Amino acid sequence: MIRVELVKLFRRPRTWISMVLTCALPFLVAIFITITHLAPPPGQGSAFLSAVLQNGELYPAAALALVLPVFLPVAVAVVAGDSIAGEAAGGTLRYLLVRPVGRTRLLVAKLISVITYVLFVVLAVTFTAYATGIFLLGPSRAAAVGQAPGGVPGAGGGGAVPGIAGQAPTAGQAAGGAVTSLSGAPLSLLQLAERIAGAIAFITVSMLGVAAIALFLSTITDSALGSALGSLAALVASEVLVTLNAATVVQPYLPTRYWLAWIDFFRQPVFWRDIQRGFGIQAVYVVVFLAAAWANFSTKDITA
Amino acid sequence: MTDPAVTDAAAADAGSADAGSAGPGVIRTRALTKRYGAVAAVTSVDLEVRAGDRYGLLGPNGSGKTTLVRMLLGLVYATSGEIEVLGRRMPRNAREVLPQIGALIEEPAAYPHLSGRANLALLDAAGPGGRAARRTRRRRVDEALEQVGLGGVDRRPVKTYSLGMRQRLGLAGALIRRPRLLVLDEPGNGLDPHGIRDLRELLIRLNEAGVTVFLSSHLMAEVEQLCTRVGVLDAGRLVLQDDLAALRAPTGRIVVDTPDADRAVALLDGQVEQRDGHRLRVRAEDAAALNARLVAAGLRVSAIGAHQRTLEEIVLAVTGTGSDHVTPHHATADHATSDHMTSDHMTSDQPGGSS
Repeated sequence: MIRVELVKLFRRPRTWISMVLTCALPFLVAIFITITHLAPPPGQGSAFLSAVLQNGELYPAAALALVLPVFLPVAVAVVAGDSIAGEAAGGTLRYLLVRPVGRTRLLVAKLISVITYVLFVVLAVTFTAYATGIFLLGPSRAAAVGQAPGGVPGAGGGGAVPGIAGQAPTAGQAAGGAVTSLSGAPLSLLQLAERIAGAIAFITVSMLGVAAIALFLSTITDSALGSALGSLAALVASEVLVTLNAATVVQPYLPTRYWLAWIDFFRQPVFWRDIQRGFGIQAVYVVVFLAAAWANFSTKDITA
Repeated sequence: MTDPAVTDAAAADAGSADAGSAGPGVIRTRALTKRYGAVAAVTSVDLEVRAGDRYGLLGPNGSGKTTLVRMLLGLVYATSGEIEVLGRRMPRNAREVLPQIGALIEEPAAYPHLSGRANLALLDAAGPGGRAARRTRRRRVDEALEQVGLGGVDRRPVKTYSLGMRQRLGLAGALIRRPRLLVLDEPGNGLDPHGIRDLRELLIRLNEAGVTVFLSSHLMAEVEQLCTRVGVLDAGRLVLQDDLAALRAPTGRIVVDTPDADRAVALLDGQVEQRDGHRLRVRAEDAAALNARLVAAGLRVSAIGAHQRTLEEIVLAVTGTGSDHVTPHHATADHATSDHMTSDHMTSDQPGGSS
């Protein structure tokens, strides 16, 4: 069943189109920056973006920061929201269930398919952005880039992150043999590869919270659009509350509160507190909403 | 899967089912009821489909046919009552029972961007069967497409298919597992007259090869030509269930078509029950004897035969109007009666044979 879901995922034009569009945004940004040589000053704009002119190898990190707030969650909400509701609306759900595919099994297969999709898009963004960075912006010209001013780790619940030197996974740059971390200390290439992998893992897990909410809504309604928009509404609400001082009490429990904590992978040493909390809160959301999805779906009358 | 406790329970289930009545039951429900909130969709239905039956479930729109079919397949959970399919309790044993069933539930469904063949292969791969199923998959897909008349189908995606092709593809999906039981909800939908005939011939052929066919329909002519046994649902209740042959047994009346109707009425004084122009319904046992008597009296007879009720008459006699027939509350009773009268007039008696 899992194999079937993956076949369905990758034979669907939507999967490829959304991947291409998600990769296109950082590419577009890179073109503008290359032409104008105007990167946002450190501390403003999207994370890592201020440093990419000095070091194109940083571009994967900047690209992830670009797609994380909107493109990625929208794509995930659409795919996960469609997973059960789309089958119900298309009428294929009832044929799958009498085939028979167990309801729990179907739910698990859908979840794995969504995780695969997230990883696929994140990796695609990372690799295309690396290529873009090398070819358009050029490899690093200076070993050390803008230092993190202030550098209060994890302070950024909002968008702005200090100017940075992160690094791309691959290696062999004579000029920048070591890359400077956010905190100014140099990172070895192995460390960098590990940290990029960590960031990808963290972002994927962050998206799983969205996916779980969308999957749950997908078992409630037969409208794929309804479940996708419903989960996006939850995210927007969370984003609003994260920036609202009056909502400080609930902020640690909001799904988007630690979304940007992956930036802490690029500090030396890694600043684990927010990363751990981010993993923790996503795990809670995933468990709660998957349990709710399972409870609802396995007892539901399939009338679509 | 091969848990001995499960197998024992199944055997016990099957045993008790066999004890219930003669002949192995393929589908059997007891007091099956489904309520959606306050609305009762299906009420206390005792369905019985025997092995080898071609069973037609009839009923007006909204009478609960689809809900009943979905309960049999474990898609909708019953509020109360018991379901036994192929000798096993459902939905508890869905994993063992469903692979032996081919189903078409309301409209067919397929992934529109994939070809018919890819759709069938994906559906087959989604279920249990493992390596053995994979080995035979391509052959079974081809075979099923061939059976429904789509053998020459190419790689075009399903979204380009006509309604009839989709229906045929849905049917192929039901056949791909070579099922022992076919459960078909409105299988004739979207098919043209040729398609309907193909479907009928296919189902009869499969049935003769040992497949039990259970179908629901609101097309009585379709059921009359195909089925050996019928059940009639009305407002969620099974109001009739019998062999078609028994239902359509001669009624002890003869239908006579004669241009000399007035003289015939005079001759058969008291035996004529109903007159409709040149057509008389006469209380008599033997058509040949009646014919001889009329001809001997110098009356011309253009057609004569035993009177049989059509399935339509039988069904309309036991059902109310469908739930899609919405009348104002104050007039509901009147309308229902007048509707019945209209339908009775429209279904004229037909002679079962000709002279």
